[in-house]
Amino acid sequence: MRVNFTVNGRKQEADDVWEGESLLYVLRERMGLPGSKNACEQGECGSCTVRLDGVPVCSCLVAAGQVEGREVVTVEGLADFAKNRSCGGHEGGACGTSLQEAQGWSAKGTDSQTGEGGISPHATLAPIQQAFIDAGAVQCGFCTPGLLVASDELLERNPNPSDADIREALSGNLCRCTGYEKIMDAVRLAAARQSEPEGV
Amino acid sequence: MADTRTTGIPSKVTQGSQTKGGIGESTLRPDGILKVTGEFAYSSDMWHEDMLWGQILRSTVAHAEIVSIDTSEALATSGVYAVLTYEDLPTEVKNYGLEIQDTPVLAHGKVRHHGEPVALVAADHPETARRAAAKIKVEYKELPVITDEASATAPDAVLVHENRDDHHSGHVPHPNIVHRQPIIRGDVAKARERADVIVEGEYTFGMQDQAFLGPESGLAVPSEDGGVDLYVATQWLHSDLKQIAPVLGLPEDKVRMTLSGVGGAFGGREDLSMQIHACLLALRTGKPVKIVYNRFESFFGHVHRHPAKLYYEHGATKDGKLTHMKCKIVLDGGAYASASPAVVGNASSLSVGPYVIDDVDIEAIALYSNNPPCGAMRGFGAVQACFAYEAQMDKLADKLGMDRVEFRRLNAMEQGTIMPTGQPVDSPAPVAELLRRIKAMPLPPERQWESSEGADVRQLPGGLSNTTHGEGVVRGVGYAVGIKNVGFSEGFDDYSTAKVRMEVIAGEPVATVHTAMAEVGQGGVTVHAQIARTELGVHQVTIHPADTQVGSAGSTSASRQTYVTGGAVKNACELVREKVLEIGRRKMGTYHPAWATAELLLEGGKVVTDGGEVLADIVDVLEDEVVELEEEWRHRPTEAFDLTTGQGNGHVQYSFAAHRAVVEVDTELGLVKVIELACAQDVGKALNPLSVIGQIQGGTTQGLGVAVMEEIIVDPKTAKVRNPSFTDYLIPTILDTPTIPVDVLELADQHAPYGLRGIGEAPTLSSTPAVLAAIRNATGLELNKTPVRPEHLTGS
Repeated sequence: MRVNFTVNGRKQEADDVWEGESLLYVLRERMGLPGSKNACEQGECGSCTVRLDGVPVCSCLVAAGQVEGREVVTVEGLADFAKNRSCGGHEGGACGTSLQEAQGWSAKGTDSQTGEGGISPHATLAPIQQAFIDAGAVQCGFCTPGLLVASDELLERNPNPSDADIREALSGNLCRCTGYEKIMDAVRLAAARQSEPEGV
Repeated sequence: MADTRTTGIPSKVTQGSQTKGGIGESTLRPDGILKVTGEFAYSSDMWHEDMLWGQILRSTVAHAEIVSIDTSEALATSGVYAVLTYEDLPTEVKNYGLEIQDTPVLAHGKVRHHGEPVALVAADHPETARRAAAKIKVEYKELPVITDEASATAPDAVLVHENRDDHHSGHVPHPNIVHRQPIIRGDVAKARERADVIVEGEYTFGMQDQAFLGPESGLAVPSEDGGVDLYVATQWLHSDLKQIAPVLGLPEDKVRMTLSGVGGAFGGREDLSMQIHACLLALRTGKPVKIVYNRFESFFGHVHRHPAKLYYEHGATKDGKLTHMKCKIVLDGGAYASASPAVVGNASSLSVGPYVIDDVDIEAIALYSNNPPCGAMRGFGAVQACFAYEAQMDKLADKLGMDRVEFRRLNAMEQGTIMPTGQPVDSPAPVAELLRRIKAMPLPPERQWESSEGADVRQLPGGLSNTTHGEGVVRGVGYAVGIKNVGFSEGFDDYSTAKVRMEVIAGEPVATVHTAMAEVGQGGVTVHAQIARTELGVHQVTIHPADTQVGSAGSTSASRQTYVTGGAVKNACELVREKVLEIGRRKMGTYHPAWATAELLLEGGKVVTDGGEVLADIVDVLEDEVVELEEEWRHRPTEAFDLTTGQGNGHVQYSFAAHRAVVEVDTELGLVKVIELACAQDVGKALNPLSVIGQIQGGTTQGLGVAVMEEIIVDPKTAKVRNPSFTDYLIPTILDTPTIPVDVLELADQHAPYGLRGIGEAPTLSSTPAVLAAIRNATGLELNKTPVRPEHLTGS
């Protein structure tokens, strides 16, 4: 079977897809997008969470054939997705790096507190991605992609979530390393930064 | 609180105090960006052109003779490149194991547990490999199963391993006992006479799974020289290498291992999983072979935490002083030894807990059985014991009519206390202080779920299942404290190796740190960069990928890596610093008298005196010279425990944490909601405070899981695993996990680098008994088993 769909804003075509193949398999093994993770492959852990036409789903539970003609966003596309959203959902040129942003970035230099180029906010990360790094929400990181997609979706529909809202929204995503406290911190941090007025 | 640290240059500069991003700061992970963008290459993400997929056929029964294996149909399947069984192993070395090489690479004549590897398939598609494996016909003749102490040591018991000749076989009372460690100190009979109260208890600890999220996986690539390159997620590259190479019949330098991204470990990657299998298939087919377990297979593919039965007797005088303790701890090691001997050593030597008891009679054993093999998991041996002795402490305090925390504080060990092994505790042991702190923390408000709009069910027991709106819900509070050893004990040569390089790149001094340390998520790579900045006064640090091209770092387990490999990095950096200063003296010694007279430091990319005077830029000192060296580093040696008395200075360092749990229990439905799980821990020195807190919260949550939900259930009649999936084996979700306030104490251990204390495991110990104590406090029930299930609370 041939499946045509959009991944991270790009048209994709997968040939010879086997009937039992999951969207997760297609993303990881055919599209070269291994960011969505394969921790349980039965919809319990949320590590493979992607957006399917905007809705967060476990891609291991979606048959590849079901995504025909639909739009998928994975962790690899999260930064662009968030950026497009923040400038009103327009795709294309309107959302490039502004001159001011670019100058602000280069002025920070290349000091490397993390060993590879950035305590300063990384230019190409979504706010939720930066918040996960800053809050210490990443340890082994295997649950991180799924949690990022789920958290980003939460903040999109609920910019100011209560702790109970965060826990409810992320209850389908298992993490074995952190005890979730730093993940709570990261989502709160992203929400707080998001509610700061522009330019502060 | 105001920051009272001085700013500017103090009169006396110490190495590292002027360089940003060094130890003590919460610098961010060097792999953080890759991990949040999905670009970090975990072992299951490896890909190679022309690669095949490997699949393992596992036994469907726990204990059986293998009558026959027919691989013909699998081999004839289109897309299959190889099918291997025991007969295909290339050398006389057909077993592996951490301490005892009792684990067959592929079953030979017999299987000893459910899910044992029997045959291997390589095919061009994972589904083809799976289907081909299913076509292999194995005929089993089932044998009786050994499932507990009684069946293991019965006079007519079937032996799990015949003809044992390992180094423990001579001293064990029965061939189905892997190892036995008694510890005798003082005179229990005499001390017992002084006791005004005696408390006995029998406790059962369930089998826990590490449940790391990244499945066992890796890629083996055959090389032109007849060797193999293996990319894999593991906890200890060099230990793997030592076990893999002989089975393949290759010298160790022809098995080149590189650590790929590790999705958590918690002990479950200390033993081999797919490493040898992938190499065998790659060498046989001449093609790269990838193996990725799914979750079902992962439950069979690694060892678990030993389930245990613990029998305890404690006595105390009426003024609250412990008189004596007797215990027997029976750990079920399952079919193969794995880390069982070390688990026995920990369980016995730490069975008293962090208390002063001079008269003890202790025995710990690990069984061979046909249950799933058990081995390393965070806090091993100490976790099981802590669950039991903390329940005993509550019972004693209650019987004496004393406050449970004050009773513990009255008996708490401290620096100078002699352990039951005779080993003096020669660094801070702030047990009473941790208990004081945890008790002093403010309690969370009652009925937090109540609001003007009614009850928020998400915060109630049963949660979104909407089982209660507060009816039948009672609160309980419980306390516990534990002690864990840090590092490999009992005389093991527990060294690490670091290679550090310093050079000028693009006009800046850059340090490169190369170790074989397995970064499994704990943040060792962050800390290594911090240590290099502190010791070498540079900003730019590159962490080289971990591989076997550098000496062993030992295991990422036993809370040891920051201590031991951190110590090795510190040591290597100090030696590199000396070399850089030697170069400076040689080149520039005549420019300034301080080169010869002052203590010199590297700070902020410069050579400075301890008075803060700048002598030179490191860039000008080094020019195009490169300083590089590789050095092994060792902590203080330890001794084996005497096999009859258990005496010996067996441990490197001790680590302490205390918890307070607050729970709410729906007594009608038997549902538990943990409201808060506070922890106080002494960490010696927090090299990276953010990571320290992350470790404590993560460990705490794994202890919570054991308390209320986690258990691998093994059928007692067939020894088969009943719940190998995340649908049936539950780990805490974000809804099950409460807030975890952490109070970090930093009392330096003068024997350890920077005074640090290994921290990863201690919080996993006391978390479980604190939750149990809180549930007992809420319900008045005895509850001597983990996990607590609804039926234990409702009595039906």
